[in-house]
Amino acid sequence: MAARTLFDKIWDSHVVERLPDGTAILYIDRHLVHEVTSPQAFEGLRMSGRRLRRPDATIAVVDHNVPTSDRTQPIEEPESRNQIETLERNVREFDVPYFPLLSARQGIVHVVGPEQGISLPGMTIVCGDSHTSTHGALGALAFGIGTSEVEHVMATQTLLQKPARNMKVTVEGPLGPGVTAKDVMLAIIGRIGTAGGTGHVIEFAGSTIRGLDMAGRMTICNMSIEAGARAGLVEPDETTFEYVRGRPFAPKGEAFDQAVAYWKTLVADEGAQYDKTVELRAEDIGPSLTWGTSPETVISVTGTVPDPKDQADEARRVQMQRMLDYMGLEAGQKIAGVPVDVVFIGSCTNSRIEDLRSAASVIAGRHVAEGVRAMVVPGSGIVKAQAEEEGLDRIFRDAGFEWREAGCSMCLGMNPDKLTPGQRCASTSNRNFEGRQGPGGRTHLLSPAMAAAAAVTGHLTDVRELI
Amino acid sequence: MDKFTVLTAIAAPLPEANIDTDKIIPARFLKTTKRSGLGVHAFDGMRYNPDGSEKPDFVLNQEPYRKAGILITYDNLGCGSSREHAPWALLDFGIRCVIAPSFADIFFNNCFKNGIVPIRLPREICDMLMDDARLGGNGRLTVDLERQVVIRPDGEEIGFEIDPLRKHLLLEGLDDIGQTLQHEGAIGTFETARQQAQPWQTRIVID
Ligand code: SF4
Repeated sequence: MAARTLFDKIWDSHVVERLPDGTAILYIDRHLVHEVTSPQAFEGLRMSGRRLRRPDATIAVVDHNVPTSDRTQPIEEPESRNQIETLERNVREFDVPYFPLLSARQGIVHVVGPEQGISLPGMTIVCGDSHTSTHGALGALAFGIGTSEVEHVMATQTLLQKPARNMKVTVEGPLGPGVTAKDVMLAIIGRIGTAGGTGHVIEFAGSTIRGLDMAGRMTICNMSIEAGARAGLVEPDETTFEYVRGRPFAPKGEAFDQAVAYWKTLVADEGAQYDKTVELRAEDIGPSLTWGTSPETVISVTGTVPDPKDQADEARRVQMQRMLDYMGLEAGQKIAGVPVDVVFIGSCTNSRIEDLRSAASVIAGRHVAEGVRAMVVPGSGIVKAQAEEEGLDRIFRDAGFEWREAGCSMCLGMNPDKLTPGQRCASTSNRNFEGRQGPGGRTHLLSPAMAAAAAVTGHLTDVRELI
Repeated sequence: MDKFTVLTAIAAPLPEANIDTDKIIPARFLKTTKRSGLGVHAFDGMRYNPDGSEKPDFVLNQEPYRKAGILITYDNLGCGSSREHAPWALLDFGIRCVIAPSFADIFFNNCFKNGIVPIRLPREICDMLMDDARLGGNGRLTVDLERQVVIRPDGEEIGFEIDPLRKHLLLEGLDDIGQTLQHEGAIGTFETARQQAQPWQTRIVID
């Protein structure tokens, strides 16, 4: 057999049948369900009298709409409440395992899956949400799907799919001080652009990636979608196996050893061919952030806001000027020193315990700057409890941070946590589109450590000055 | 999904180009939990005044077009976002066939996924069919999918092209799911083999 990539291997092992036109019926191991993209799919099942094929391969959570403040109070916004209540009726009717709002295991779907050992190496994992790519960090083929496809998976445990093309992104060398997985991924997106991965599954490789912990690898794979890719993948290794070991839904004892033996085969073959390759050196990557309203507008924190005039392309010039106007920035301005109103540490990109530790280490002994609203939203109830056990909540609270309940929160303006028009936010999330965090809100994407630095100084800051 | 074989219905003429998905179903109706029930909001901005009263000039507010099963428009129908709410809204209103000189790609595909037949016909033919449609109840059109013809009130037949696989699915009333379920045996075999070969593939059960 020809040398295969990691994507090829996972793909091949899930093809039930190949249809004459090249489409595959692809078997799905795990289906993650949340309240926003599932109601019409459940309704479709009901209307066609179909059953949900494998409730035992499905898990539901609420995350997008939920308030992150007092959970004992009823949810005020009627449409959000309705979406949540609808999910609860559906999971009862179709027997779907569910972590309800008040469960300690509730959280953002892409934090919960790996944390519970529901997402495992070698699996196919789907969810009606584009950031499903996160789970690729475990060496699983994980991607987002639309509502018709959600229903398709519910009814058949398969999807009709055409294979993706293969892309490899290699990052080599040790990371400098204050440089994190988020900076690496921002550098990659800055390099290849938001369409750089279109039609491809990206395999992330090289010593820098291998040196990352699982949280870091999840940050990288999470934002594969911002690079336009269909999914991201990292080869499973000892770091992966140690992470998975002992998690609630992970295999135990002998079954675990069998699983590891299989997972060790999930590596790209020597000589496997990629349609595209990109190489970066870690030494070229410093603490970074975005200046505009597209995730590819990445600059170093020591850099200046680019000038549209330097762009040869007219359309690009106009677009850049529009971004500058929206963001309230001037061409040529130093990005460090720009004052922020809000600091958001959270989202499926950066709300795991490692992310909170990283932010807390910058904050310890310091205080949030006057006039800045700073919030930490742990990715799950489990992350929150762990952080409290380690005393991180005290560090954040003493510094003047809000310490909130788990959910998507200010990552998208769909629940009560929103920016108001013109507010500038240093955010650890993944999208900086116009209005993403609330109408008129201005988002700078950066790492938890950089967000912490902005919180204590009150402006965008090179975190290396504080460590 | 209901089978589509022969449809004889009142056709509504809507002589506009670039009717986007936001016009078909505005974004504020997307927080819904239903696929059905969007029919009353179909073409919301074109159909209702800000106070909720009907705009009498809009074709779908007029008899007999309130019961239209076919919609005829000009170019690029369904441009804009990928929301499946657009075909859902049309279907819920009662539209099973849309005829236009051209369609936006995603909307075109989403129609098939939801049992609506999108038919491409040249602009002059669309004009002619709109004239037929203006006869109201006396101008019913018939769409015979098997024979791939639109039949005018005077009996004249106009042929149209359609992808053979899509046609098959519509005639059989199979959505993608129905089609995949024809391979249910293979899926079951695959599933069993997989569970035997990889017993560590745990089940999710919450007590
Ligand atoms: S945290 Fe943000 S990106 Fe992640 S699932 Fe929630 S809304 Fe989507």
